[in-house]
Amino acid sequence: MSSTNRTVVVTGIGATTPLGGDSASTWEGLLAGRSGVKPLDGERFADLPVRIAAPAAVDPSEVLPRPLARKLDRSAQFALIAAREAWADAGYTAPAGEDEKILPERLGAVIASGIGGVTTLLDQYDVLKEKGARRVSPHTVPMLMPNGPSANVGLEVNARAGVHTPVSACASGAEAIGYAVEMIRTGRADVVVAGGTEAAIHPLPVAAFANMMAMSKNNDEPAKASRPYDKARDGFVLGEGAGVVVLESAENAARRGAKVYCEVLGQGLSADSHHIAQPEPTGRGIATAMQNLLDATDLKPSEVVHLNAHATSTPQGDIAEIKALRKVLGDDLDHVAVSATKSMTGHLLGGAGGIETVATVLALYHRTAPPTINVDDLDEEVDADVVRGEPRELPQGTIAAINNSFGFGGHNVVLAFRTV
Amino acid sequence: MAATQEEIVTGLAEIVNEIAGIPVEDVQLDKSFTDDLDVDSLSMVEVVVAAEERFDVKIPDDDVKNLKTVGDAADYIAKHQA
Repeated sequence: MSSTNRTVVVTGIGATTPLGGDSASTWEGLLAGRSGVKPLDGERFADLPVRIAAPAAVDPSEVLPRPLARKLDRSAQFALIAAREAWADAGYTAPAGEDEKILPERLGAVIASGIGGVTTLLDQYDVLKEKGARRVSPHTVPMLMPNGPSANVGLEVNARAGVHTPVSACASGAEAIGYAVEMIRTGRADVVVAGGTEAAIHPLPVAAFANMMAMSKNNDEPAKASRPYDKARDGFVLGEGAGVVVLESAENAARRGAKVYCEVLGQGLSADSHHIAQPEPTGRGIATAMQNLLDATDLKPSEVVHLNAHATSTPQGDIAEIKALRKVLGDDLDHVAVSATKSMTGHLLGGAGGIETVATVLALYHRTAPPTINVDDLDEEVDADVVRGEPRELPQGTIAAINNSFGFGGHNVVLAFRTV
Repeated sequence: MAATQEEIVTGLAEIVNEIAGIPVEDVQLDKSFTDDLDVDSLSMVEVVVAAEERFDVKIPDDDVKNLKTVGDAADYIAKHQA
């Protein structure tokens, strides 16, 4: 059973995002170039410098029964909804064991979050102050712990090979998928449910990110606020939701005749070691991660036709990424259709790597790159082929795509996928 | 004014319904919170706190472990309510 170089494929996808309550409606929204950004209504946001965000299109309370939802932080609710979709999409009809196609001991779950149950923590602090200690919910700790989403998804599918939660800010979701690939590669598991989730639209995180000068203050035009690569970009817009994939060894997928979306070639990792929150301006660390990816996999730069960029719409970060791409891919960057889907979904922090992996997998599967919206005036430092306005058809034949995610702390995660 | 046993059971049924989603008519005196009503140890704390508020009674943690069934809880509340 154990092997160090097993092929890993994607057999299921699920998402709940600012564009839709599942992966199909999210994909439709991405192709339509729809913005999920809205004004933050309500008195508690009234005095904040940032009063826009990209809330989930479908509130989890509309999907999950109340007795279950009240025991889960919103981030775990999103993760569970996306995981259920991905699990069913992969062709599993019950938890592992009960569905005899996979043993619990061969199934893992790796769901990441950047911040964890921050709204639970803050809401329960309000309860403590206003109503006293006795009223603090006994579910508070399992709800606020960052491994809560992972643990709940693990319980849902009966994963016993291992349940893990990498935390690396906005790279967390991608790191989770990379970790899951390694679990399968090294023979620890045959199937892993992996992805990222985030639910941090609350006045405190919004105020904190705003005070870092990381967020767009374009409160008057919410749909225009997230504008990666545009000259007028002024920061990211906070989004919420989750994206989850089912990863599987190619043998296991073949044995049970599963639908295969694409292969996951692997990951490239690095750290900037530059500043706790500022991007390294030359893209040095990102270039290292991309080079590590090329060294660790058989991906050829000539195969890469699409990139789902990290591009959060910050003045410095968007350019550093492009510089790194040019440095590592050289002229091969010219045939890469670059999409910054955060222009539509906002930035889901630890959820970003999850939903952008779903978007990248669907882009390969449908051979269509989603557009980047709001690029009215392309920054001339963006030396790459940005897909603007309309979706773009991708070539026939064997093609590959890259999904980039970088996080505060200087974490760089680059994932690569290829058609089968 | 102290609640009658019927009022207590009705109240407990509403609390269990809110917390565990069990239909109120299924919350009967002989039902076990954990085995029959999907109330785990954490949710039991919620049931207890809600019952304390509703019936103006204190249920110390040490006594909670003795409240296995709805009947146990109803008797305890009837005996201890202010």
